[in-house]
Amino acid sequence: MSITVEEIDNGIVIDHIPAGKGVLVMQLLDIDQNYKGMVALVMNVRSNKFGKKDIVKLQGKTMNQKIFDKIALVAPTATINIIKDFKVIEKRKVAIPQKLVDVSRCPNPKCITNFESVETIFLNLNDSFFRCYYCERVFEREELK
Amino acid sequence: MRKKSLISIRDLDKRDIENYLKLAERYENHFTKEKIGKVLATLFFEPSTRTNLSFQTSAKRLGIDTLNWNVQFSSTQKGESFEDTVKIVSGYADILVIRHPLEGAARFASEVQDKPVINAGDGANQHPTQTLLDLYTIKKYKQKIENVNITLLGDLKYARAMKSLIYGLAMFGANITLVSPKGLEMDSYVIREVKEKFSANIIEQNVIDLSGTDVLYLCRIQKERFSDPYEAEKIQKEFRVNMDYLKKAKDDLIIMHPLPKVDEVPKEVDKLKNAIYFSQAKNGVPVRMAVISDLLGLGD
Repeated sequence: MSITVEEIDNGIVIDHIPAGKGVLVMQLLDIDQNYKGMVALVMNVRSNKFGKKDIVKLQGKTMNQKIFDKIALVAPTATINIIKDFKVIEKRKVAIPQKLVDVSRCPNPKCITNFESVETIFLNLNDSFFRCYYCERVFEREELK
Repeated sequence: MRKKSLISIRDLDKRDIENYLKLAERYENHFTKEKIGKVLATLFFEPSTRTNLSFQTSAKRLGIDTLNWNVQFSSTQKGESFEDTVKIVSGYADILVIRHPLEGAARFASEVQDKPVINAGDGANQHPTQTLLDLYTIKKYKQKIENVNITLLGDLKYARAMKSLIYGLAMFGANITLVSPKGLEMDSYVIREVKEKFSANIIEQNVIDLSGTDVLYLCRIQKERFSDPYEAEKIQKEFRVNMDYLKKAKDDLIIMHPLPKVDEVPKEVDKLKNAIYFSQAKNGVPVRMAVISDLLGLGD
């Protein structure tokens, strides 16, 4: 059985999201009932590479580096296709940068960033562990959100 | 080697530390009578005796005036933010020494204004000048740090002095044994980091055996970081050094402690020649003179 989703004129298609993480990706992109464009979330579809995957299609959505970094944290295998006039004009594989700026609050309740108005910074140690630049604690990728 | 601020022991490499230790040695008997027209401010949001007083003494011996800010009598009580307080004080002083219960506070302070900041302890995170004076003391008594067998004993989870120290010891190739009550072990990421970075030789155990130890480094249970003070006290009583343990130790063992000590060290230990924690505390002065001098560029 295959599912066909209508093409979008402009926006983004996020492919190769680990199965089950599609909803989280939508949350990171602030997609809720108030979003005006067309939205498609396909879950647990067959993938040659990963067995199963999720896909998110968003009409009218634009990307910036911060969103890119956020998606990289929760869906490191994702590919982002940028669509203009029904054509893929750019295809980018997400990658976790060396320095994550303002993509997650610090999970340490005693970190200064949870009390003062300051952007959080996490240093990427090896794509799995991240050190808070301020409190110096190390967190696993899943702890950052 | 001039640094902008000293926030974490991670900001220093081996050469930086060696330079600080050499400079501290030169400052052992240094006393400047003339004022040099600089001001050091101490902003302590948590209690302190040794760190605060030794910073003030260090400044005075370098001819630097001090501003002593007290959280109880400050605008913090009126709700002023930490950021605003730091900005205000930086307008009056040339260098800021900050102790704060929140982790990362000193790093944050170093970024919201232009004056150098020395971290005098941020929550359970770092206390870099304590580490420098600890390394200085070990070197003074043992002539080296490399291959010295050191046992870190006590609350290794919340004591920032321990978290800073293990990094410095590993950098210099000491053999480290960690002994702590259950639940107060050193964070695994700290151990993993020093093993990966310095191939550190670290043994973790839960029994006190001092037979092969050259340096015993103790610390108290950080009661103020426990939600249940009774629980903290109970652990403290169960986990103290006694004379029986010390009888099995080497004759030239040195016993260090960042102080204040509470129940973890019986009074009779103070009288032993092995107990050097009071001279260790005194070493804070030349070491902090070296750091202040470097950050203010006094030797330039």
